[in-house]
Amino acid sequence: MKKIRLATLWLDGCSGCHMSILDMDEKLIEIAPFIDVVYSPYVDTKEFPKDVDLTIVEGALSTDHDIAMIKKIRENSKLMLALGDCAITGNVSAMKNLFGSDVVLERGYLDLADINESKEYPSKIVPKLLDKVLPLHEVVHVDYFLPGCPTPSDAIYEMLKALIEGREINIHSLTRFGK
Amino acid sequence: MENRKIIIDPVTRIEGHAKITIDLDENGKVEDAKIHVTQYRGFEKFCEGRIYTEMPAITARTCGICPVSHVIASTKAIDKILCITPPQAGINIRKIINLAQIVQSHALNFFHLSSPDFIYGFDAPKEDRNIFKMMQTHPQMARDGINLRAFGQKIIEELAGKRIHPTGIVAGGVEHKIEQSQKEAILSQIPDMMKIAQGALEFFKTNLHKFQKEIDSFASFPSLFMALTNENRTLEHYDGALCFMDSEGNILKDKINPQDYREFIGEAVEEDSYLKSPYYKPLGYENGMYRVGALARLNIAKTCGTPLADEELKKFKALGGGKPVLNSFYYHYARLIEIIYAIEKIEELLNADETMNENVKVTSKISNLRGVGCSEAPRGTLFHDYQVTKDGIITAVNLIIATGNNNLAMNAGVKQTALAFVDSKNITDGALNRVEAVIRCFDPCLSCSTHALGIVSSKIEVRDHNKKVIQVIDRN
Ligand code: SF4
Repeated sequence: MKKIRLATLWLDGCSGCHMSILDMDEKLIEIAPFIDVVYSPYVDTKEFPKDVDLTIVEGALSTDHDIAMIKKIRENSKLMLALGDCAITGNVSAMKNLFGSDVVLERGYLDLADINESKEYPSKIVPKLLDKVLPLHEVVHVDYFLPGCPTPSDAIYEMLKALIEGREINIHSLTRFGK
Repeated sequence: MENRKIIIDPVTRIEGHAKITIDLDENGKVEDAKIHVTQYRGFEKFCEGRIYTEMPAITARTCGICPVSHVIASTKAIDKILCITPPQAGINIRKIINLAQIVQSHALNFFHLSSPDFIYGFDAPKEDRNIFKMMQTHPQMARDGINLRAFGQKIIEELAGKRIHPTGIVAGGVEHKIEQSQKEAILSQIPDMMKIAQGALEFFKTNLHKFQKEIDSFASFPSLFMALTNENRTLEHYDGALCFMDSEGNILKDKINPQDYREFIGEAVEEDSYLKSPYYKPLGYENGMYRVGALARLNIAKTCGTPLADEELKKFKALGGGKPVLNSFYYHYARLIEIIYAIEKIEELLNADETMNENVKVTSKISNLRGVGCSEAPRGTLFHDYQVTKDGIITAVNLIIATGNNNLAMNAGVKQTALAFVDSKNITDGALNRVEAVIRCFDPCLSCSTHALGIVSSKIEVRDHNKKVIQVIDRN
């Protein structure tokens, strides 16, 4: 059994799918010896490493930086897994597509503000919002889709275990959209 | 030398990503430092046009760490619109679920995210500063953290149907009564969980002396504090009225009905962050900085109302010598006391006869066209403000998210810490880790309001005042 170099990435999601990873509870301790978490919100690495075996992605793509970043990460990941409905379909993160970014920003930073000296929405240092939030597979190739809102922790566990043991797994029996 | 800028991006081991910039002046001294929250999710707009019954399920998705807080604030807003009060059992069950969330969320911050700094020190190699390393070197502590968090998560799952984005809290109360077997299962775990919580507090206190410089410089300054509190000023997370206290301990204003929050809280927009900056309106934007969350709650509360937590509260209050505790490093301390409180309170509520009543929900029709729901999330006071048509279609939404309330104080804290630790001639990983750690004190939940992320880079860019990169420091 070889140690998997694992990265987890958090894009435009609510962190619920990352919390579901922690919801493995003691099983996290069980699989920890077989994985090397090389990049994740839970560790302090700032640069995406090379030769990652599996990158798990939570959330949809919603800024220009997301797009640039995910392409670079795809190049350095042997496998990519879309974790949860936001990564797979856009889900709640894409609900703002019904209105478009400008209208949504206007509501947040002009209507609902007591002080806004520039009378504009934030644009310095912060990345630019895409006008349409996109699911992961629209921009990069995705190897596995693990739906759910969030993906149930059992499904994440079974998936990781199968990868560690190098066997195939039928993920359809483990989860479904919106669960 | 020209003005330069250091950028830490992304900030890690916080719930949500952010970016920090540190500006240097001509002499290379720290001039300013800021935290930039770099994404905006737009709930306040896209909820318009939805039917009000969908709001708890949609707004839960602002945050996977504290979905319970959103569901509670959301259903409380709807309770107001329907003009109903849940039956006592319904309220008690909501409270138990809310406290369970405080346990899991505080455990997450302490064990999974912050304790690597306490165990290995802020200057430890960055490969070591995480929970996975802890599993190897401190397996019992890692296991304890996982178990304590799981205790909270399992209560949420049992009583509200699902650990993350639970469906069991609804307008008018909760969906299901508590079964005797559920009650017993939870109660049976309490002694073990209390032991873990007390052990963590003991560990923290015995190690405190190592962090005097951090205690003095991690957002340690006067500010106002805001929290919900009840009539006797005992600790409150579910209900009560808003209270503002100043840094001397004077009550500026209390007994504020949360429905009137807009008279007291203003929101300012800065051009370089998607996170707005709330302030106490009567004092204006400049002077109205306040802090919320565990530190604010314990400063405002006179007592916790449970024996073990009250003993600890006394010792905690002694740190301020009769005045509020102003050091944000003690947020960690305050959260550990709140875990003890929450465990005691869960036990007390489960043992109350009223909690087991079968009547857990009432229903009604729309009577008000606006409702504000307010509760104490793990990170501080949370507001959901909805307007509806008489057919129940949402026409306007305003959310003030717990973490947002701390935005001004977090920024002031980042600057203070950068001034104390960052030496532009020798920029160390330990110094930059501390600048991130001050944010971790507040336990920000940036996914809530906006959810943030930046360019993936371990590189710290030193830039001149024209934003031109003149030097790159690689943290690897
Ligand atoms: S799929 Fe659901 S739980 Fe996962 S990030 Fe999206 S909203 Fe959160």
